[in-house]
Amino acid sequence: MSRFNVINSRARRIDTPDKATGRAVFIDDMNLPGMLCGALLQSPIAHARILSIDTSAAAKLPGVKDIVTAKEAGMIKYGVSPARYDETLFCHDKVRYVGDEIAAVAAVDRETAEEALSLIKVEYEELPAVFTVEEAMADGAPQLHDQYPGNICAEVHQEFGNVEAAFAECDLIRTTTFKNKRQDAAFIEPMGCIASYDLSGRLTLYSSTQVPHYVQRTVAMVLGLDVGRVRVVKPYVGGGFGIKAAANSGEMAASLLSKRTGRPVKLTYSREQVFMFSRARHGFVHTMTTGAKKDGTLIALKHECYLDGGAYSSFGIATVYYAGSLLGGPYRLPNMKYDGFRVYNNKPACGAQRGHGGVAARAAWEQQLDMIAEELSIDPVDLRLKNMMQAGDTTCNDLNMSSLGMKECIEAVKDGSGWTSKKGKLPKGKGIGMACGFFVSGAGYPIYRSDTYHGTVVIKLTEDGGTALVYTASAEIGQGSDTTFAMIAAEALGVPLSSVRLASGDTDMGVDLGAYSSRQTLMTGHAVKEAAEDVKAQVLAVLAEELGVPAKQMDIKDGKIEFSDGEVDISALRTRYIKEHRGWTDNIEEGPLTFKEASRIAYLARGSIVGTGKYKPPELGGKFKGAAVGTSPAYGCSAQVVEVEVDMDTGHITVEKMTDAHDCGLAINKTSVEGQMQGSLSMGLGEALYEEVKFDEKGRVINADLAEYKIPTALDMPNVETIIVESDEPNGPFGAKEVGEGAIMPTIPAILNAVYDATGVRIFELPLTPERVFMALKKAKEEK
Amino acid sequence: MKKLITLTVNGKSHEVAVEPNETLTDTLRYRLGLTGTKKGCEVGDCGSCTVVMDGKPVNSCLVLAMQAAGRTIETVEGLETEKGLHPLQEAFVEKGAIQCGFCSPGMILSGKSLLEKNPNPSEAEIRGAISGNLCRCTGYQKIVEAIQSVKSE
Repeated sequence: MSRFNVINSRARRIDTPDKATGRAVFIDDMNLPGMLCGALLQSPIAHARILSIDTSAAAKLPGVKDIVTAKEAGMIKYGVSPARYDETLFCHDKVRYVGDEIAAVAAVDRETAEEALSLIKVEYEELPAVFTVEEAMADGAPQLHDQYPGNICAEVHQEFGNVEAAFAECDLIRTTTFKNKRQDAAFIEPMGCIASYDLSGRLTLYSSTQVPHYVQRTVAMVLGLDVGRVRVVKPYVGGGFGIKAAANSGEMAASLLSKRTGRPVKLTYSREQVFMFSRARHGFVHTMTTGAKKDGTLIALKHECYLDGGAYSSFGIATVYYAGSLLGGPYRLPNMKYDGFRVYNNKPACGAQRGHGGVAARAAWEQQLDMIAEELSIDPVDLRLKNMMQAGDTTCNDLNMSSLGMKECIEAVKDGSGWTSKKGKLPKGKGIGMACGFFVSGAGYPIYRSDTYHGTVVIKLTEDGGTALVYTASAEIGQGSDTTFAMIAAEALGVPLSSVRLASGDTDMGVDLGAYSSRQTLMTGHAVKEAAEDVKAQVLAVLAEELGVPAKQMDIKDGKIEFSDGEVDISALRTRYIKEHRGWTDNIEEGPLTFKEASRIAYLARGSIVGTGKYKPPELGGKFKGAAVGTSPAYGCSAQVVEVEVDMDTGHITVEKMTDAHDCGLAINKTSVEGQMQGSLSMGLGEALYEEVKFDEKGRVINADLAEYKIPTALDMPNVETIIVESDEPNGPFGAKEVGEGAIMPTIPAILNAVYDATGVRIFELPLTPERVFMALKKAKEEK
Repeated sequence: MKKLITLTVNGKSHEVAVEPNETLTDTLRYRLGLTGTKKGCEVGDCGSCTVVMDGKPVNSCLVLAMQAAGRTIETVEGLETEKGLHPLQEAFVEKGAIQCGFCSPGMILSGKSLLEKNPNPSEAEIRGAISGNLCRCTGYQKIVEAIQSVKSE
């Protein structure tokens, strides 16, 4: 039996009955009186100087209420990392990609707004454009940003240990180059918002976002408003996966239009605009040289990476650091050198997507580890176990693995998949592969430098007693965080889940950095736990006074007060409670004192009972440049085995079975943990086999829809076996840590390794479309 | 120019004035306030606008409101009864088949249509029936399990 009453179970989510019935309100389901429709004018050209913008014809169109350009919006620069604020709300001197925002319109309806856009005349002087890393880095290449010469957005140079000296001691050194492709997050709900500026000069912005806090700051900064005058409220969100983890131009444009017109403005993105806005997974090219001893001991990794960044930085600085730092573990690796370059070009900006920065790097390296294992005649499982770190170890780049159930994960997938009976024993065309990975449980530092708490939580007991109201600014975006926090609150307070009501996603409720970097369970979870413990202590303190029993001899369990030192006469309190409720039919006449009675008594003694909680990580990581990226209070980790069938004639791959084990620390809601694992595997399978955002020679996305940009359907996904491995994470609330992103790490390399096992051919470029696999098989045949 | 049409939605007859280029999705969402029907792509790719028209699941974004004149439409809002959630809605909640919830109304209606035609579908038949409904959160497994659990009841 579990030592917990609420957590570590399979709870029904508190949000899903509303979602199953159509009651749940998403942004486009909302309407405000007098609301206008906003729309964005976006550049049709990838790189051009803006010579003039004429809005006069559009302004004359009946029903148009406002038009804004850079002239009205101003030139305040914003972005994600303050070190690279390189965007303005609207372009003023030039446009840098197809989709760059030039103007916005507010009109009485969508048709009028769109017609107005077509009446805005923009004169362009087209400039030569660059679309690839190679083009952008070539001598004399057209420059996107004057302040970033050579189109280098950011570069990283790190060395831990001494890689060259270490290579001299290696028995085997292998180099491979690997590339993935730009991805789209393909959440099913496009971005959208409603901005409402009121007569007292306050802005309320409802938005489909992962990060109300960062949106609040960015919108306030760009519009020149006090942060305290901007409230961001998140309705239900139809997925985000990283792309909704920063303010977008629509939010700022709608806010500006609402401020100017005094009317609410709704602005939603079409599916095509989602692709144009992008901010999803970068295209990476990784070249890795790994050195090992004959016995398989990993000695050194030299790693060079180029990121296809697009026109602006977005999350890119963090991405280029993550692409290197997340190879520090989970294997003992004493020497690591990393040179990373994020390069601008005239395509939409890339940003953060599930497994931020680490997914392609992990795929490249885990495939290379399998190649090394094969050359050394070591089973891939054994190679990984041999080099695996243990709980308490610190990587060469100063990431501390305070818990690490990696070995247990490997053993679980080895047994769960029947690895031993299959590896090397399957017929041609069938293959099995494995890989490992890990990810942060929340970034160690906020995106902007600050001593801010990463999460604050308030819990208030209802004055009638019996219900705990949890207020958190954290973001439920589908992962189940609302339920997780209600469960943590119930557990820490000692009441059933049904006694907790939770409100979230509103900046008025406090500070919470939001749903990114897999941070909420650990970080917000800590703050929830602390607030619940605060409330509980206050209730017990009042009982101690009223009953003359020391508080430490009392506890609250399952909604009832327990006394550790024998019987306590509670009849006076009970009588008092009942007297307050004359005429009520549900008063408790006998049995132990309930939480409901106790919290009413506490209110009578002290007024409203309010508890607060907060969390920020301790100082983490090393002192070198970029040391912050990759730090976290804890790391989730996983191992995966994938079985595939490859049609040797057509190159078509069918993923037949996936066995995944993830160490999430203590699982708060096991059903939600499995959901994150299954969703991660699905996204990883899509990236491995199908997904690529494609462009024409003018820099236009040619598959900006969900028919030609292919994500997995129910027919593409096999049944997957998900095994939860629970370590006890000392830095997590109740021992919990991440699952939302770490689970995607092993998927792609496990597929790559399985395809090799099936075909005998290594492929170093994603996605593994039938054409690419067919050509690789053909080439291998010809070389024979 | 708008035209007056009559259609039956969730058992109730509605008379609405619609534009010639108006989709059934927009009529349901913006004229009848039935916002459980979602818009994810507006071109028939994602399936989040799925409704049941004359017994068949359709992408309502590909149906003009005028084409729905005289037809019988069932949306997610029509599934509950006085006893509470429809068994399939209940199964989606119980099995953890819902994460962000944006695809869920369409997914549930596709599942329900399948079960009405084929009360005992195989896993492959379930996957086929929901293959027009994209979900980016769940990897589909718990959705398949939810539909299977209702079939076995």
